[in-house]
Amino acid sequence: MMNPNINEKDKRRIRDIVQDFARKHSLWVLAYGTGCGAIEIPPTMTSRYDAERFGIRGSATPRQADVLLITGYLATKTLKRVIRTYEQMQAPKYVIGFGSCTINGGMYWDSYNTINALDRYLPVDVYINGCMPRPESVIQGFIKLQSLIAEGKADGADKYQENLEWYRENQKKIIHNWKMPDYNW
Amino acid sequence: MDINWIKILGLIVTVVMAFFTGALYGGLARVVTARIQNRFGPPALQNLFDIIKLYSKKTSINHGWMQHLGPVWAITASTTTLLFIPILRDSTFFTNLSFDGDLIFLMYIMVFGSLGMALGAGQTGNPNSAIGVSRGLSQLVGYKVPFILSLVALMIQFQTTNLNDLLAVQDSFIHWNIFQSPFAFLAGILAFLGMMGYKPFDIVFAPAEIASGPPSEFGSKYLGMMLTSRSIFTFAKLVLFVNIFFGGADNIFILLIKTFLLYMIPLLIGIVNPRFRTEQAVRFFWGFPTAFGIIAVILAAW
Ligand code: SF4
Repeated sequence: MMNPNINEKDKRRIRDIVQDFARKHSLWVLAYGTGCGAIEIPPTMTSRYDAERFGIRGSATPRQADVLLITGYLATKTLKRVIRTYEQMQAPKYVIGFGSCTINGGMYWDSYNTINALDRYLPVDVYINGCMPRPESVIQGFIKLQSLIAEGKADGADKYQENLEWYRENQKKIIHNWKMPDYNW
Repeated sequence: MDINWIKILGLIVTVVMAFFTGALYGGLARVVTARIQNRFGPPALQNLFDIIKLYSKKTSINHGWMQHLGPVWAITASTTTLLFIPILRDSTFFTNLSFDGDLIFLMYIMVFGSLGMALGAGQTGNPNSAIGVSRGLSQLVGYKVPFILSLVALMIQFQTTNLNDLLAVQDSFIHWNIFQSPFAFLAGILAFLGMMGYKPFDIVFAPAEIASGPPSEFGSKYLGMMLTSRSIFTFAKLVLFVNIFFGGADNIFILLIKTFLLYMIPLLIGIVNPRFRTEQAVRFFWGFPTAFGIIAVILAAW
């Protein structure tokens, strides 16, 4: 007989806790090496800093990935590819903005060719500050993301879906020849 | 027809045990790899976390019904393979479905998982999948030759096609088939390297080269099913080889030790080796392993 004190809502929460625990300890990263900051990813992943300790692992394709890591400035041309990649990922999915360039444009803030604030185009869950951030701070950023997941607050994918029109409007200001499949969530 | 409930319970326990052991071995393999690379490595249960996470993801990919069926097919094939292998010797609970002729049956059923994956991956239309599938089938043709030669040698030598009979002839340490027919063992173990798919034979998945190959278009639950199937299949292959060459096991504890030690062979070879190209891999299998297999057959038929 089931414990009558556990009502429908709490049961769901138990399932969520198990799921969030697994999600938190298994982050497959699609590192989109757009900017110079990408050079800090290899030391983060390999023997010196060993991100695999936290269950962080590189993934081969967007379909398998959980985290989209935008490492640095985004040229207006790459933005389209990044959006396409993000939309191919399977929910729940997270975005980490890496380096000052994703926050406010960094040292490319007045360039004709890069976007300034990443979160106008994609729902960013965690920003990692620095130009470029060291592997310690990258791992710190991942741990922040893990704690957000454990609390159930890393809901960027839901926000993206809810505010899709706002995001599309911003994206289309940058990308003029918009020929992409519909977002099918 | 009366239903043998003990046997059915045994089957279910076998599958569950195979899944958890396979996943745990996969995690331990990652820890061992990490230690050799002077890293700390993930927790040993990492593969289980990964699989739970994959099952908890959403998905909305649709390329056609074969894409949905492929992973199911793979999981069915690996479970079937497992169920026809006696897990322990002389056990009523764990003999499972093994019957006279199961060795021949296993030769066939073991390729079914790869075929299911190939069909599923083929429908996704991803070029990386197509390359991975063609590589996988080439490699399959490569290692099947020494594997089947070694099985045939054993069948001729002991005049049986039943795994339980093979277990019965290995009644003491010096009667293990690794000593009774060393050439069949050499052919078998070299084919086993290819079967396990660790380097240098990981040409099928090759994440840095063809973006993980066949499953490159599969995410979330589909990938979870593939990993589940892989865990079960890994355990099935390990038990099969322990049964054929290392005298089987009398209890679960010995089984775990033997399978784990056997698992370390392809892993440790893999860690220190780079990846073969496809034709190098096939040439390797059709070289010494096949020669050993032919010698074993000739010696057995003598
Ligand atoms: S934040 Fe600095 S290091 Fe990173 S992409 Fe921008 S300029 Fe390069």
